[in-house]
Amino acid sequence: MHDLQTITALGGATPRVDVFNHITITENDGVALASVAARLGREAACRKVLKKLLGAVPETGRAVLHDPEAGFCMGPDQWMLGAPRVSHELIADQLKTLFGDNASVTEQSGAWVCFDITGAAMRDMCERLCAVPIRQMVAGDVRRTVIHQLGCFVIRRTADDHVRIFGPRASAATLHHALMTAAASIA
Amino acid sequence: MIIDHPLLGPRDSSEFTYLGDAKLIERPDPDAETATRDFYEYAYLRDNPAGWHEELWFHEAGDRSWLVVTRNTLTHEISKVEMARDVARGKGRSK
Repeated sequence: MHDLQTITALGGATPRVDVFNHITITENDGVALASVAARLGREAACRKVLKKLLGAVPETGRAVLHDPEAGFCMGPDQWMLGAPRVSHELIADQLKTLFGDNASVTEQSGAWVCFDITGAAMRDMCERLCAVPIRQMVAGDVRRTVIHQLGCFVIRRTADDHVRIFGPRASAATLHHALMTAAASIA
Repeated sequence: MIIDHPLLGPRDSSEFTYLGDAKLIERPDPDAETATRDFYEYAYLRDNPAGWHEELWFHEAGDRSWLVVTRNTLTHEISKVEMARDVARGKGRSK
């Protein structure tokens, strides 16, 4: 057997954490993702499965922060579902079993990098990064936007000072650079 | 210029990219007798009206949806914004 060591999106053996007085940027290595797109004519059946899985269907611009599976709306009849990687590493296969022919399921864990930004200055930092109305957003609000020329999802999490950013994994270091620059600029 | 996205509300036009005439939705029938001529016109011939124009916009920095935006090319006034998929299905496409 091969003895392979996984690395994080930023290339480390453990997720990177950058702590400032006013903000903490944490690379979150523990999320498994898969996208779900309802097939034509099967939208209602797809929503039914989603409701059973998450407790509710994520509406436009909203997430359902359910445990263990959570999900947010990406567009009409399209959702991103996530769950802890330790228990759901094969989330796409697990979801495909549930959705069957009602939806197309694509594994997304390898496509996205996840950063958690927490701290008193979260809103100030977010305003420097992207054009989302962070001060109006409440827990569970999701926006797709552009950060540093990269298409990202910005999710307001349950804690008042916590925002989660999903960005393209292949540009993880670029996105991290943008986050670090913004954090330094509000110090 | 602000585009009032049917799902997401008013968004700045810098979030969108422009494709052009919404007639691109009406792809000709490749099996028709006149298919060669039809596709020539579909690919190359466009009206360029000074006034109201239906055009396709892509919400690249948003939810990546395609929109049909009715815009006045003289004043940039926008009178109607629809999801392109609803327009296409209304024309009997995607069945």
